[in-house]
Amino acid sequence: MTEIPRPKTQQAAKGTQAGDRNSKFIEIKNFSFFYGAAQAIHDVTMDMPERNVTAFIGPSGCGKSTLLRNLNRMNDLIDGVRHEGDIIVNGHSIYDPLVEVISLRKRIGMVFQKSNPFPKSIYENVVYSLRVAGQNSRPVLDETVERSLRSAALWDEVKDRLHESALGLSGGQMQRLCIARAIANRPEILLMDEPCSALDPIATMKIEQLILSLKSEFTIVIVTHNMQQATRCSDLTAFFYLGKLIEFDRTEKIFTNPSQKQTEEYITGRFG
Amino acid sequence: MREQKTNRLHDFVRTKGEVYVWLASMGLVIGLTMIVFLLGLILWEGVKSFWPEPVAVFELRQDAGGAMQQIAGQITKEQEKAGQATAAENAALEYQIRTANRDTYGSSYRYLDSSQIASVTYPSGLVEVERMEFGNAVGFPESVVFGKSGRTVASGSEEFAGALAKAVQDAATRRAQIEKIEKKEIGSINAEMTSLRNRERSLKSKDEKTAEEEKEIAGKVGSLQGEFEKLATRARELRGEQKNDVLVLRLASGETRTIATGDIVGYFYPNDLGFFGKLGLFFHRLVLFLIENPREANTEGGIYPAIFGTVVMTLLMSVAVMPFGIVAAIYLREYAKQGFMVRCVRIAVNNLAGVPSIVFGVFGLGFFVYLAGGTLDQLFFSETLPTPTFGTGGVLWAALTLALMTVPVVIVATEESLAAVPRGVREGSLACGASKWQTIQRVVLPAAAPGILTGLILAMARGAGEVAPLMLVGVVKLAPSLPLDGDFPFAHLERKFMHLGFHIFDLGFQSPDAEAAKPMVFATTLLLILLVVFLNLFAIIIRERLRKKYATGAF
Repeated sequence: MTEIPRPKTQQAAKGTQAGDRNSKFIEIKNFSFFYGAAQAIHDVTMDMPERNVTAFIGPSGCGKSTLLRNLNRMNDLIDGVRHEGDIIVNGHSIYDPLVEVISLRKRIGMVFQKSNPFPKSIYENVVYSLRVAGQNSRPVLDETVERSLRSAALWDEVKDRLHESALGLSGGQMQRLCIARAIANRPEILLMDEPCSALDPIATMKIEQLILSLKSEFTIVIVTHNMQQATRCSDLTAFFYLGKLIEFDRTEKIFTNPSQKQTEEYITGRFG
Repeated sequence: MREQKTNRLHDFVRTKGEVYVWLASMGLVIGLTMIVFLLGLILWEGVKSFWPEPVAVFELRQDAGGAMQQIAGQITKEQEKAGQATAAENAALEYQIRTANRDTYGSSYRYLDSSQIASVTYPSGLVEVERMEFGNAVGFPESVVFGKSGRTVASGSEEFAGALAKAVQDAATRRAQIEKIEKKEIGSINAEMTSLRNRERSLKSKDEKTAEEEKEIAGKVGSLQGEFEKLATRARELRGEQKNDVLVLRLASGETRTIATGDIVGYFYPNDLGFFGKLGLFFHRLVLFLIENPREANTEGGIYPAIFGTVVMTLLMSVAVMPFGIVAAIYLREYAKQGFMVRCVRIAVNNLAGVPSIVFGVFGLGFFVYLAGGTLDQLFFSETLPTPTFGTGGVLWAALTLALMTVPVVIVATEESLAAVPRGVREGSLACGASKWQTIQRVVLPAAAPGILTGLILAMARGAGEVAPLMLVGVVKLAPSLPLDGDFPFAHLERKFMHLGFHIFDLGFQSPDAEAAKPMVFATTLLLILLVVFLNLFAIIIRERLRKKYATGAF
């Protein structure tokens, strides 16, 4: 079993300079993906740098969620799917037969469109990934809960009711809890699949601030339908259309001076 | 203008579809009425049988030349006389009277024409005596005669009430002693003797029997025999004493009868009771019904062993059906590749729920009792053969048979509740690095638990009320001992047991005095319903707790 090596920089110093960043932390090489006979992703090639926020935008059904879910091999769960090409994280292919998908997912956290807290207490939700990895030491779990909830800007709101059901939280709180859960195990990459689509503007703002603060620690890939959100919190933006990567560049460039006509039409709202 | 208006009204009615709402609600009302009526009837008839009714004394019109005849009894039914062609006679009513005193009259019931009856009185001082045999006796007390001292206390004297109470109390004490000797002490001696005999036999069959061992066993048997004789003699003596004191009763029809106090279970004065007296007697009877053993071919006494048997059997069944059904459903829903095979299995399971229950009884008899039980006997209880231990019906086999019968219910309910757990929660767990089994165990099962318990409730409700298959695999009319007791190893799963459902069947169809057993049928039915309700309530409370804990909020 190959372990994907952790980036050295993360262990060495948290607040690193831009120069240390691995510019090819996630490499997607000629990747195509099929649901049965239908091809969802057409030959996508892109590199995402470490500790940056990359936003995937594009109209519904353009394959951006599918691509995101391939980064932690979530799509393996669906019957009759296959892929071509490769995805390389920190120098190792995630499709290497020697990679165990469970340990891969421990390294790549994910936040879903609909908040999906488990029917457990807030505390147990946060430490879930540690528990399934066999970590049951109380001090470690306590420390993780506080750190993760603080990172997710939820600690002050829930610290007095950690052992109450997570299902009693509000929608925005639940989504932040899911983020806390996803980062509890200190993954390297955080995948977010439209994390704000079901939230009100205030909760959305909180999560966006959260994304910006988490950027120093995690490599974040976020799928969003909200153009403003992409401009507010991403460093890089990729525009997908009908399963193809149309344009991938710095966010300012995409939104101010896109090189492709389709991109310009989409971001100005003329279609999609 | 006018036409427009009617049109609009017409449209209004049609578009709303209000008619169908009424139709649907009518269906519900009919269903509810039927349920309320059913429960009400059983409740009324069941409760009524414990309520003490006053005893009337009917004076009958003289037949030609015959003497004035009196008869005492409770009116149990009033109906129009059959075969009365002309309506000219207005006295076409017929009463069914419970006369009691079956030993004297030959039956407990009698029909009287209203035309025969000259007068009806409710005289005070009538006593109704509940006896060990022949049902109740009703009459006017004459005296209590103490056999030992020869003292006679007449009913007129002030001491009478105290003397009767004391005599009955003494008899009850002796009865308890006899029961203790016969059931507990002699029972344990018998058990010891059996085990000695089995040891002897197994030694013999192995040809390892030494003279020493033989002597030891013989000595032990001898001493046990001696103990047994002693106890048996003591029991015989006590039994003899039970016949010493007698209550002399004059029946309404004039005969005098004596009842040994040993035969008296209890007595009361039905016409002298106030409301609270009746209420007290009502609860007294109710409690006795719940905690006593049955008497007289089950038509009298309590139904405690049947309640106990039903509860034990149902709990055993739940313990057997729960893991089995849940594991099967988890495999079907979570692991099996959904395809033709799984669809076939699912259809088969669903159809299994519709198989008549007697079929499961036959299967249980063939598979559990004869095959599994017979094999167990040969392997572990060979010394007692040919007397079967597990090779005959018993509470374990009955519970397993019913578990098999109810497993489809659990599987279907579990599958549905597993399917209802949102996909997002599973994905969330997998994205945290949990394996599939960890996901099922830690997230899916807790979320599905309320639905699974609903399945168990349905299974229990079906299992507890089932009678037909049980008759083949271990239920009996009268079980000598309970499946759980103080004798090692405490749980005797091979024992036959009594069951409320079968008890009802037995009372209603197999009892020698069907009319007298009728109140018991209703009372037992009421209890069976209550028992099922209580078992369900228990499961529902657990389910609500789980629901609160895992309340599926914003999915």
